[in-house]
Amino acid sequence: MTLLSVEGLAVSLGGRAVLQDVSLTVDKGEVVGLIGPNGAGKTTLMRAILGILPHHGHSSLAQLPPRARGRAAAWMPQSREIAWPVSVETLVALGRTPHLAPGQRASAEDRAAVDHALERMGLQEFRHRIATALSGGEQARVLMARALAQDAPLLMADEPIAGLDPAHQISTMRAFASLAGEGQAVIVSLHDLGLGVRHCTRLIVLDQGRIVADGAPTSVLTPALLRDIFGISAWFETTPQGAVFQPLEVLE
Amino acid sequence: MRLYVILLILMGTLFGVALMIGPAGIAPLDSLHALILGGDGPMTLVMREIRLPRALLALMIGAALGMSGAAMQGYLRNPLADPGLIGVSGSAALGAVIAIQTGIAATTTLALPVSALAGALIGVVLVLMLAGPRGGSLTLILAGIAISALAGALTSLVLNLSPNPFAANDIVFWMMGSLADRSMTHVWLALPLIVVGLGMLALMRRGLDALTLGEDAAQAMGINLVQLRLLLVFGTACVVGASTAVAGAIGFVGLVVPHMLRGWVGARPGRLLWASALGGAVMLLAADIVVRVILPMRDLKLGVVTALVGAPLFLHLIYRTRRGL
Repeated sequence: MTLLSVEGLAVSLGGRAVLQDVSLTVDKGEVVGLIGPNGAGKTTLMRAILGILPHHGHSSLAQLPPRARGRAAAWMPQSREIAWPVSVETLVALGRTPHLAPGQRASAEDRAAVDHALERMGLQEFRHRIATALSGGEQARVLMARALAQDAPLLMADEPIAGLDPAHQISTMRAFASLAGEGQAVIVSLHDLGLGVRHCTRLIVLDQGRIVADGAPTSVLTPALLRDIFGISAWFETTPQGAVFQPLEVLE
Repeated sequence: MRLYVILLILMGTLFGVALMIGPAGIAPLDSLHALILGGDGPMTLVMREIRLPRALLALMIGAALGMSGAAMQGYLRNPLADPGLIGVSGSAALGAVIAIQTGIAATTTLALPVSALAGALIGVVLVLMLAGPRGGSLTLILAGIAISALAGALTSLVLNLSPNPFAANDIVFWMMGSLADRSMTHVWLALPLIVVGLGMLALMRRGLDALTLGEDAAQAMGINLVQLRLLLVFGTACVVGASTAVAGAIGFVGLVVPHMLRGWVGARPGRLLWASALGGAVMLLAADIVVRVILPMRDLKLGVVTALVGAPLFLHLIYRTRRGL
């Protein structure tokens, strides 16, 4: 089942085209890694898909009324903002916002979704801690739990694993894979191609605001693409422990 | 929940005390009797026309300043924000100052507050035109600072060029903020605006909570930021414009009260709204009692007391925050 369809999406900021003619669909069960060099337009693409950025073209999510969109897709921005010293539980419960009508209080279902999200990110013991007093990595997991509590079929995360330790990077990517296994879909922007190769079912490469490749990791990350888009060489093999990707040199 | 009950009891008690003190020296029971049952004679007049409007205004304006402070801090995600930040109080003050200077304030009771409200309206329209209907909180702050500065400069200009020292004196005293000698006319002028404004600010509850995660995340969760911003600007304009129009500039309530109560509501900006309204009412009722008890004969100004109490309280909070870092 298709959870997202985007057709001819374009964005210009200050008269400069930062995104041009992007079309893609995302189906249930996919973990889509969005990769590309700095400034390729990854964040812009995700924000335009959500309709929180003025854009041209069609996005199935941007067309929805705001609260319905909040129930259809959860968004984790790159800036990990927690403005007030609220408890972890309160913060995660904010993910239920699109499920509540104006004036409606949290129901048992909402509380269950919060419990489930806390459990999934291994945060039960943090429930009553103050979110702003946690370490950066812990805050990242709390914000991830907030997005999970939103319980939307599609999760979009902007560099969610930046700044996490290796174990939490892997477990976050695993969490995405298990969401996809349950019939949801994830779009995640990444710089770590090695993790992308191992945990994404599909990679979309963005360069200068255009999609230059889209497909399974093995078919996308060709030596030619790595040279032309990323300017690097890499060692990429399928081993008994799964696909292993190691960037090697910067090419002149 | 317990916090609301405590604040409500405090507010009710202080409201009662505010009704019972004054230079007329009426016994507490007699004063309540005169207030509720009426009757001929000066006692009823004192209670209904002098003390009741004063206590009601303290309650209303305190609530207005408290809630708008909480809304402003929540929207800007900054504990140092204050309802005066968007330029409404400055432009309302300018309107009032012009009314005093030109002498139209002396013509009828309503001339001064209505002129102040006109000033507030012009200020808010200018801020919205400058900041635009959409856009981040930064443009709103910048527009507010610009309008505040302009209104302040024009107020100084009026004072500077004032040929009449009595008018200048009146202006300076009016700007200190006071609830002395207000009548029920003032209450009826301010009440509808404050009620409407509080209603608009209270609607921001869920949006403010969501903004804890930043503007992008809040928007993606279905919060309409354009609407939230309009609620903030018009709600604040109503409550602060009306408050400044009838009582002059009363500082620090909107800044200190949300700050003091934040810990009691688990730092949730949405819950802080009504808590700060009650807390603001408590603070202003208490300050207005202090004004009348400490120097009953010297007409100590309310705004002076709130600043004198507020500033050290604020320093204490800053010190505590610094220790917590």
